Amino acid sequence: MKDKIAQRILVIIAFSAILSLFLISFFIFQQGVPLIFRVGLKNFFSTHWAPTQGHFGILSMIVGSLMVTVGALLVGIPLGLSCAIFLAEFSSKPVQNTLKPIIELLAGIPSVVYGFIGVVVLVPIIRDIFGGSGFSVLGASIILGIMLLPTVVSISYDSIKAVPSTYQDGSLALGATRWQTILMVVLPSARSGIIAGIILGMGRAIGETMAVIMISGNALRIPHSIFDSVRTITSTIALELSYSTGDHRAALFACGSFLFVIVIILNIIAIRITKRS
Amino acid sequence: MTFRIGPRTSQIIAYIFLLTLTVIAVFILIFIIAFIFKNGFSQLTIGFLTQKTHEMGKEGGILPSIIGTLLVSFLAIIIATPLGVGSAIYLSEYTKAGPIRRLISFGADCLAGVPSILFGLFGFIFFVTILKLGWCIFSGGLTLALMILPTIIRTSEEAIKAVPKSYREISYSLGGGKLDTILKVTLPTAIPGILTGVVLGIGRAVGETAATIFTTGASLNIPTSIFSSSRTLAVHFYMLAREGISMPKAYGTATVLIILILVINFVAYRLMHRFMARYY
Repeated sequence: MKDKIAQRILVIIAFSAILSLFLISFFIFQQGVPLIFRVGLKNFFSTHWAPTQGHFGILSMIVGSLMVTVGALLVGIPLGLSCAIFLAEFSSKPVQNTLKPIIELLAGIPSVVYGFIGVVVLVPIIRDIFGGSGFSVLGASIILGIMLLPTVVSISYDSIKAVPSTYQDGSLALGATRWQTILMVVLPSARSGIIAGIILGMGRAIGETMAVIMISGNALRIPHSIFDSVRTITSTIALELSYSTGDHRAALFACGSFLFVIVIILNIIAIRITKRS
Repeated sequence: MTFRIGPRTSQIIAYIFLLTLTVIAVFILIFIIAFIFKNGFSQLTIGFLTQKTHEMGKEGGILPSIIGTLLVSFLAIIIATPLGVGSAIYLSEYTKAGPIRRLISFGADCLAGVPSILFGLFGFIFFVTILKLGWCIFSGGLTLALMILPTIIRTSEEAIKAVPKSYREISYSLGGGKLDTILKVTLPTAIPGILTGVVLGIGRAVGETAATIFTTGASLNIPTSIFSSSRTLAVHFYMLAREGISMPKAYGTATVLIILILVINFVAYRLMHRFMARYY
């Protein structure tokens, strides 16, 4: 009897995560999606954003988010993956046991702190070397890439470590060097885990807000080079939500709906990839 | 004539390349902390930690923000822990692989990937506006609870799964029911692992900005109840830095924030380590 009641209660509790996900999507969509249908996709996916005058085009923000995300991956993946390979395959146990926790501890540094470092350290460097204001796609990409490091390192490291050591022994016994073994045996076997990690990192980069607001300059136009200022979907929401009303606010929720769909798609892909392996 | 690099040479080149990138990555991460500490440590006086904030943060201390941060995080944990541990118990003890299990896992995985700004949007429209709670610590705590729920579910699930099967069998053989076994054998054994998830959740809650700024608000008064608006440390730091109110105070606030988070994460790491050492 007691067991039955406990089970009932636990089922209800267990649905809390999926229920939260449902509530979040429901309320964001309910506030934002009607506006998209009312003004039409053509208006919504144009480059003209003047939400108080009936123009709700988010295309330049989509381009902004994409550029920053791709930039972040270009910085974060080589650094993170190299770090993971080096730690897992080329370093001793004590080195692994010191560096991995340090990198994981750093996952907890708040994004505002990363943004701040971007503003006081990186932006002036970019300004001095390349001219312009320094608040740019480049700056945001580098900082976001660094923010992705802990995620990429830790997931890639775990998937490399999960490759059975017999695989490597076989390759080494055939006379391959360690590096050849890594390239031809370890990395291909760990591929799905690494890709899932990268996709999760991508979701994180697209959704990152505070650091991007601080570094990217937030100019509302399609950037022509990586030294241009840029505005992402997330920064628009965060910058304008507090003073928005009516259709303007609905438009920000429409941005949120768009972001939500993208992130969920990325998550589903990542889950699929990990499940298959 | 083609020039070929032998396997030995290529290994050495690869080694040097990977070593360099690893050193760069670790250096950057340590640099960030060192940079903040170097500029912020001089700000850390008793007064800074125990005084009210004056002139939007230009003068005075950060006591209201410390209290606000602790209250919001505490609320989030109080709400998320029972939900998270309950879900984990259900997932590991009551279901076998099947559609329900897949749905619940899917929910937890996707919720973990939702960006914090969307939690902020949701909290703003649902808790603050529709439920009419207003900008307050309670709204912020509820929002953050949803945000850290997946962390707690996942770590608790791992911890419960790691409890050796034999423990449960002994309990059953002594006539213990399923619930008794969970409450008296499985959970107590899994506690350090579960605590790891809880502590990691606190860490995430403490450092969060985008989700709290639109739910907890930005008041600089010392909160008198969970229905007061408050400005968490991360939000306060953001405003100090972004509006250029006071750089020294910004560094000081960031130092406090980072120390808090490093301590929290370190505790989580130690707990996990001890737990792993016991069962693996």
